[in-house]
Amino acid sequence: MARITLVLVLALTACALGLVTSQHQARKLFAELEREQERAKQLEVEWGQLQLEQSTWAMHARVEKIARERLRMSVPDARRTQVVMPTATLGESPGGRR
Amino acid sequence: MNYAASPVLVPQLPLWRSRLLLALIAGGFVLLACRAVYLQGLNNDFLQQKGESRYSRVLEISANRGRITDRHGEALAISTPVKSVWAIPEEVQYSSQQRAKLAALLELPPQEIDKRLNEATSFVYLKRQIPPEAAERVNELRITGLFQNREYRRYYPGGEVMAHMLGFTGASDTGQEGIELAFQSTLAGKPGSRRVIKDRMGQIVEDMESIREAQNGRDLALALDAKLQNLAFSQLKLAVETNKAKAGAIVVLDAKTGEVLALANLPTYNPNNRSRLSGAQLRNRVITDTFEPGSTLKPFTVALAMEIGKITPESMIATASGSLAIGKATIHDAHRFGDMSVTQVIQRSSNVGAAKIALGLPAAAMWRMFDQVGFGSAPRLGFPGEAGGKLRAYQTWRPIEQATMAYGHGISVSLLQLARAYTIFARDGELMPLSLLRVDAPLAGRQVISPETARKLRDMLELAVQPGGTAPKARVMGYRVAGKTGTAHKEENGGYAAHKYVSSFVGFAPVSDPRLVIAVMLDEPSAGQYYGGAVAAPVFSAVMGGALRMLGVPPDAPLKPLELPPEGSEIKEGV
Repeated sequence: MARITLVLVLALTACALGLVTSQHQARKLFAELEREQERAKQLEVEWGQLQLEQSTWAMHARVEKIARERLRMSVPDARRTQVVMPTATLGESPGGRR
Repeated sequence: MNYAASPVLVPQLPLWRSRLLLALIAGGFVLLACRAVYLQGLNNDFLQQKGESRYSRVLEISANRGRITDRHGEALAISTPVKSVWAIPEEVQYSSQQRAKLAALLELPPQEIDKRLNEATSFVYLKRQIPPEAAERVNELRITGLFQNREYRRYYPGGEVMAHMLGFTGASDTGQEGIELAFQSTLAGKPGSRRVIKDRMGQIVEDMESIREAQNGRDLALALDAKLQNLAFSQLKLAVETNKAKAGAIVVLDAKTGEVLALANLPTYNPNNRSRLSGAQLRNRVITDTFEPGSTLKPFTVALAMEIGKITPESMIATASGSLAIGKATIHDAHRFGDMSVTQVIQRSSNVGAAKIALGLPAAAMWRMFDQVGFGSAPRLGFPGEAGGKLRAYQTWRPIEQATMAYGHGISVSLLQLARAYTIFARDGELMPLSLLRVDAPLAGRQVISPETARKLRDMLELAVQPGGTAPKARVMGYRVAGKTGTAHKEENGGYAAHKYVSSFVGFAPVSDPRLVIAVMLDEPSAGQYYGGAVAAPVFSAVMGGALRMLGVPPDAPLKPLELPPEGSEIKEGV
């Protein structure tokens, strides 16, 4: 009888200690999860800011200005545009010539 | 030795003393037990609440406002977190050095900071919406009594180009104008909250419960095409400047789907910096302003007369006199051309011709025609402040009014209504419902006139932009274009102003299979020219040409360079 009691007491102590450690582990992991989630939120914010920056740099007005002024590009007029129709057969292509 | 056995050491105490002690101790325990039961079981709410508040916290979960993108996914409006710096003036303590640094970081004069701190005692904003980096550096100054909170600020990379379409949000990131207001409920996020357990380091160690899920706002894809919008805006700007106009507006519709591809107004504003805004800058003329459209309404009268079989394109109208007296009033044409066919009435924009056709029509039918193409009622886009225009009940029409309405006076419409109405010519008689958002499956239109009439009107409107018509400057090389000019005196103080005009042009292309409808309006052009064909048509031509090329629409006309007639030689329409 006394021996069984002793075994049970030891088992109970072990379980109690196990519970304490696992709770501690769980809290540590949870804190880490929280940190990562916070980081994810930060990154999302940064992504938004980068998108904003990209949009600002890629504004059509700005691109057009640089293309025209710095690169000396211009829009080809319709005479210099060849239109290729997916259904057109050779020899009777509609649209413009060079 | 056994002391216990010694009779000397046997205590001689009365029994009642030990009994009394026992009773007292037992009584003490009973009291303790009662108190314990009371605290643990009966009256524990207060204590539990106090205990919980030591470790559990309710946290706000912020929700983002949805982004607005154009039809290709390009970002047009994005919210990003910023900080607002506020203070409890009573508690603020800083050295003069700190004060100078703070002023520099907040970009405020030091005196301004002092002034704000003296205004109130318990709460005052020093500066709202500063970038997070600056806020971080303010934090590093470690000034007592200074706090920060997180807010969202909306940025619009498109700036003034998209201003009227998108609108803007207020300080708390709620929509105040344009799309931002119209789709507030879709865009707005719902912040949530949750209860957590924190340890003494302030770290969250356990999630207890989610009180409310945070819901981010949904992203919105507009029908707008950023590239086309930019083209429309820059051409409109150019025209407003060269013609010294007071204002201008343009709208581009997709004739196939009813989507609003571009919408621009001048004067405009920068939604990212809204200090010093005037009402004129804020006005979205395309949607919320109405004007007397002038000759752009003539095709509707002609279409109706053809529908009821009163006329054919070849019918001759007696316009030789160049004027028509109705009661006390007389209608004039700008030029006399002799008698004209119905086609020529449209081509040369004859007021007398249109009035004569209108007088042969029942007023009720004319009213129904205008009503069916959407005049007199708001287009119901959900946009704030949509104008419906003025279309009076036909019972009250006098003959002179019916005649003037045929050429667009005595009736007012918004530019958007006008562009939409022209979809009946661009689409074989169908009026399209409009959409500000990208449409994946086109909505069904409503048949207003027969396809034959629509096709005949297309031919007439194509002649109007040929040499000999009112708007040869509207032509686009490589494409067949059709359209109609409008020039109207401005209404002022109940009459018409003598030298103030509204010039407009509405048209579509390519005529063989119309893809785009564009309407342009210039308010008070004052650089000499004021006819729609000279002022608004070139804008139409530039935008239409560029847009068709961007959209990859195959040309349907020979690619010959257009010969523009000498300046000012286009046919003047009656005003």
